[in-house]
Amino acid sequence: MEIKQVFRTLSEASGVSGYEHDLASHIQDSCPWADEIKTDKLGNLIMLKKGHGTNPKPKVMLAGHMDEIGLIITKIEKDGFLRFGTIGGFDQRVLLAQEVVVHAQKPLTGIIGAKPPHIQAPGEQSKAVSMEDLFIDVGFDNQEQAEEYVRIGDIVTMKRDVLELQGSFMAGKSFDDRAGVAAIVECFKALSQMSHEADVYGVATVQEEVGLRGAITSTYGIVPDIGIAIDVGFGDSPGLPESDTLKLSQGPGIAIGPHVHPKVHARMVETAQEWNISFSLDPSPHPGGTDAYAIQVARAGVATILLSIPLRYMHTPIETLDYEDVKRTGRLMAMFIAGLDYEFVEGLTCF
Amino acid sequence: MLLARLTEANGAPGQEGEVRDLIRAEIEPHVHEIKTDALGNLIAIKNPDSPGPKVMLAAHMDEVALMIVGIEGNGFLKFRPIGGVDPRVLVAKSVLVGAKKISGVIGSKPIHLQKAPERERAFTMQELLIDIGAKNKEEAERLVKLGEIAYFTTKYEEFGHDKAKAKALDDRVGCALAIRLLQTEVSFPLIVAFTVQEEVGLRGAGVATYQIKPDVALVLEGTTASDVPGTDEHKHATTVGAGPCITVIDRASIPHPPLVRELFALAEEEEIKVQVRRNTAGGTDAGQIQLSEEGVKVATIAVPCRYIHSPVSVMSKDDYEGAFKLVKSYLKRLQEQEARK
Repeated sequence: MEIKQVFRTLSEASGVSGYEHDLASHIQDSCPWADEIKTDKLGNLIMLKKGHGTNPKPKVMLAGHMDEIGLIITKIEKDGFLRFGTIGGFDQRVLLAQEVVVHAQKPLTGIIGAKPPHIQAPGEQSKAVSMEDLFIDVGFDNQEQAEEYVRIGDIVTMKRDVLELQGSFMAGKSFDDRAGVAAIVECFKALSQMSHEADVYGVATVQEEVGLRGAITSTYGIVPDIGIAIDVGFGDSPGLPESDTLKLSQGPGIAIGPHVHPKVHARMVETAQEWNISFSLDPSPHPGGTDAYAIQVARAGVATILLSIPLRYMHTPIETLDYEDVKRTGRLMAMFIAGLDYEFVEGLTCF
Repeated sequence: MLLARLTEANGAPGQEGEVRDLIRAEIEPHVHEIKTDALGNLIAIKNPDSPGPKVMLAAHMDEVALMIVGIEGNGFLKFRPIGGVDPRVLVAKSVLVGAKKISGVIGSKPIHLQKAPERERAFTMQELLIDIGAKNKEEAERLVKLGEIAYFTTKYEEFGHDKAKAKALDDRVGCALAIRLLQTEVSFPLIVAFTVQEEVGLRGAGVATYQIKPDVALVLEGTTASDVPGTDEHKHATTVGAGPCITVIDRASIPHPPLVRELFALAEEEEIKVQVRRNTAGGTDAGQIQLSEEGVKVATIAVPCRYIHSPVSVMSKDDYEGAFKLVKSYLKRLQEQEARK
């Protein structure tokens, strides 16, 4: 099975934080290599691939969040236009003239509009249209027509098909962090051809964008020895300093910083070097924005690491990545897991 | 679906070929003569040698778009608009670039790396770049040439209550009306000018009119509608769903007042809902047509469209049908007058 196609399907599917249920079935269907699959009370999808060793076996958790940022309807105007708030961080400047899907009684096509430029005051064009002046046009003529389908609190996603750019570059919505989920599936697929001692829990986590919440409960349930969060990292793009970014097509960033266990980091780097998998070192002095941060402090503490897939234009509907980086990330994790034994895991508490 | 085909075709000012070919194929069975001129206007003639008034319909084929003006060292493409485009609508959109129709995206800095005040400021055209996923300048240069065009990628779709969204409704909606109207049976000469380069200064219309020498001309347009929240009603210009609009004045023309009155009277008689375009800004091909030779009687009939000159605009199918009925009734009226002669 081509996991890239799975990734495409996941990207185009909808799953705003707290509303990820439709995604779980897509992921489940695309990962036949799991021995057991379950969901927890928050909706985390947990796929277990059992290790070949005898107990005690290392337990590795891979976490990629399946939720995406989105919008929520806050008001239906008299003339049928919809007002909205955000779930997760949006730059107000990327919203104008976007096509969206309002997940109402039936899915509705909408367009994010604002008052037209020709009736704005001079100088207004140099200002961003502020979030509160934006609205969604669902093509209804009045409140009654809209209310037939739309309720306050309905969820809105960006309407965006995946685009194939040059080479293996792709652009689309919610690559943050369906790319991480795809990397987990790539890892499972690779592991199915390998012998590994460790039990591997691939988790598509929920509600990362609103506070790493799915990682908190899923880690508590799994009790892993090692937690690997796979998220997206800022890809190199014009206007961004090189030191803040990861170069696309050069493999994942391997994080180093307070939320990364030094021995896991060292082993991950050695693995990449041994198997000739390209990577970037990703210094991370201010951790906090990924599932790794939550996994690390679960129960009595977990040795964690963060792998970041380079991604341009994060939190926009045209996030761009090189799919080869997703594959490299999956392969690196598989090689790392295949090399694990219980002795290594035991050493993680020895400082 | 005619409007889908027309709006999904690409045609920047001066590069209307794809739209022209599409229109030519659509109208061929219904006209006696088709010709193109030195600028690329497509002129379709019905009953060239018949007696009676020479009636011209005009709709422009071109749309606003982006021209590639530079390729950066890292393979990103610099662009400038052809026609009026507010850079704020370009952020985080997809485009198709050049003859090879290469997919690209217009990216922006991630919110995480911005400082709050940055988000109050609009991106400028100079800051925005197209990313086609090229690894470097050499790869980009193999795929895209300077002067090639990037187009919006919006698909035509019907939604809401009798609405449709698409790119380039300004003025493919006019082209669609003209194509349909060419199927009207009339005895007098009916000529449609599918014009070029309207968006960069009404360039094609004058040239076309000079050749056609019409007795009367109707311009078919997609015009701005500002009937959206945050806009006072007196600034709406036009209202989507309130019928086609008839222009009484804009920046480029004062349509022939008796003709305008005739159209309003006709709409009332035929019970076609129409509205006055309540804005004096903007210009259409009528501006050039009326000044051709010793002057031409002209009127503009337009379908209101929200968010024109952006990747996606919205119109009412009712308004579109209303515009068709109004012009068709006008042609029928002329036909009856001719028959009585």
